[in-house]
Amino acid sequence: MNELPQQLVNGLLLGSMYGLVAIGYTMVYGIVQLINFAHGEIFMTGAFGALTVYLYVLPDGTSMWVALPLMLVGGIIVAVLVAVAAERFAYRPLRNAPRLAPLITAIGLSLALQQAVWAWYPDAKSAITFPQIEGGPFTIGNVTIQTGDIFLLVAAPISMAVLAYFVMKTRTGRGMQATAQDPDTAKLMGINTDRIIVVAFALGAAFAAVGGVADGLKYGQIDFRMGFILGLKAFTAAVLGGIGNIYGAMIGGIALGVAETLATAYIADLPGMAKFGTQSWADVWAFVLLILVLLFRPQGLLGERVADRA
Amino acid sequence: MGRRLCLGKGLIVRQRSLIAITAALAAGALTLTACGSRDSGGKGSDSGGGTTVTIGVDAPLTGDLSAIGLGIKNSVDLAVKQANKQKVVDGVTFKMEALDDQAQPSAGQQNASKFVSEKEVLGVVGPLNSSVAESMQKVFDDAKLVEVSPANTNPSLTQGQNWQTSKARTYKSYFRTATTDAIQGPFAAQYVYGKAKLKKAFVIDDKKTYGAGLAATFTDEFKKLGGKIAGTEHINPDAKDYSAVATKVKNSGADVVYYGGEYPQAGPLAKQFKAAGAKIPLVGGDAVYDPTYIKLAGSGSNGDLTTSVGAPLDTLPSAKAFLDNYKAGGYSEAYGAYGGYAYDSAWSIIQAVKKAVEDNSGKLPSDARAKITAAMQNVSFDGVTGKVSFDEFGDTTNKQLTVYAVKNGAWTTVTSGTYNGG
Repeated sequence: MNELPQQLVNGLLLGSMYGLVAIGYTMVYGIVQLINFAHGEIFMTGAFGALTVYLYVLPDGTSMWVALPLMLVGGIIVAVLVAVAAERFAYRPLRNAPRLAPLITAIGLSLALQQAVWAWYPDAKSAITFPQIEGGPFTIGNVTIQTGDIFLLVAAPISMAVLAYFVMKTRTGRGMQATAQDPDTAKLMGINTDRIIVVAFALGAAFAAVGGVADGLKYGQIDFRMGFILGLKAFTAAVLGGIGNIYGAMIGGIALGVAETLATAYIADLPGMAKFGTQSWADVWAFVLLILVLLFRPQGLLGERVADRA
Repeated sequence: MGRRLCLGKGLIVRQRSLIAITAALAAGALTLTACGSRDSGGKGSDSGGGTTVTIGVDAPLTGDLSAIGLGIKNSVDLAVKQANKQKVVDGVTFKMEALDDQAQPSAGQQNASKFVSEKEVLGVVGPLNSSVAESMQKVFDDAKLVEVSPANTNPSLTQGQNWQTSKARTYKSYFRTATTDAIQGPFAAQYVYGKAKLKKAFVIDDKKTYGAGLAATFTDEFKKLGGKIAGTEHINPDAKDYSAVATKVKNSGADVVYYGGEYPQAGPLAKQFKAAGAKIPLVGGDAVYDPTYIKLAGSGSNGDLTTSVGAPLDTLPSAKAFLDNYKAGGYSEAYGAYGGYAYDSAWSIIQAVKKAVEDNSGKLPSDARAKITAAMQNVSFDGVTGKVSFDEFGDTTNKQLTVYAVKNGAWTTVTSGTYNGG
């Protein structure tokens, strides 16, 4: 009856999802100091892009093993296109405007994207069923893992590895680092910062789309509002891990997911805490954790000092 | 800030293109609203002459609960058209105006104020959610505008906060055609314990007025009957990952889950605890009784149960005309769980208007709203869902309930009954 391993796996899965989306927040913030509140909707469009491939591009009855990679590609393409368009038409014109202007724009864009999907995607007025991978759950010891979660368990580490390689080893990746450190000097050194910013948006969108597909597989349904709460959580994860740090995004996501799950599972068992332990309190405990971390490490778990930038 | 905004010409030009985009998006958003109101506007005012009376509808027309909300809207629309066709009230043409509350109390209150400000509105059908009703009741009562809900089941809406100990009517202008949770929760407990022979329940609710109320009345009756509560949990309706709760349910050893809440959460919740290995049925209230629940809960939903107010419309002889007319009306959405009640709600308003007009020698009285609210108390007719009349609290006198179960991917009727005792 020991449920701790199962609850840890639950938290790890939830946290990996937060982490995949948090990467987009953290990269964009690291480079342009913009909190892209529309990123949750990029995640949502990624999921809808993948669903579109499944429903309208592939013939009926395509096996999920064939369909999944194509759906992933479709989702990534849609999410990247939306993110790049958002950068080009909504954020770039405001590059030199006061900080608040792009922030408000991001919130507006978030609403606009939600409503656009609501209005123009067929049957998107309520939740739509997302295709599922066949096959029963896997049991290891007393831990049960759903088939749909396997994708997330595989995709999250691979995505992190790819991202780390890209940022550390490739020319563009090093350009990103340089731009994050000092955009003006990077420009003087011949780095096309406009291009770097677009790449940051596109990469973040691609990971969000992977997260969107994982979300659809995990919960079996997607809807036009799925990005809102998840976006807020992912942003929290990015701050928890240290905003601007890509590893921090994943670590922060997992910490947040595990904290929420354990709070739901165990707080109620503590003496006198029965009232504060149910799932409706999980967010409260997650934010208590965030406050505690920020009290002792204002830069987040893996963050670096950014005092010189403010 | 003002100084910074006009830094140079270049910036202003750039801002203009941004404005253009914003304007385009805003225009897009407005088009949506226009679409929404076009088909929700009344089409019954074509007879010309006489007085026009508007019946307002407040329900969630967008979002998760829109399937139910649109069913309510369509059913009221049908009632209005029927009333005009049959010339139920001489010289009065009825019109419908539907507003979307998105299941949000704040939106509901704004809609209530809007209805109050429109002189032609003499009665409102709605809302769907008990929590929304709480925010609307006072607004309507201050204006003496009658409100008839087809779906609110929380007892405190009519019988006051302390309804368990001392009943006291809160608002004289509020009525409902739906049975309350004070009856529905115990009815479910009696079925689960007595007929389904499930004795260990895990009770979950969403902390909303409706869900928490239902879970509490279920728990009380279930314990009274001798059942055991294996655990309780409150979920956050905005979340959709219930894996931690699912693991708790599995390890609690419960043989049934009672959920006080609505189908958008009940579906994923059932799916997740079943996937986690707890192969036990979910039992819910009327807000779970919707085809979307089965879609959301997936193939594991076979055997899940709900109670719902009234009896299934297709088994009631009184509902036959409604079903035929609804079909003939060509509505694109199903009438849903509350269609019959919405129709009866609208019809009771129409009857009250008729009474007020007849008492005033064929004309609408000048204080029509107050007169109609007073007339509502004594309305009595044979409606779609059976006899429609109201008791001293504004509750329906019809106490019929039905248990439904999921069988082969569809809701099927298990048993109908009238609740007594408790």
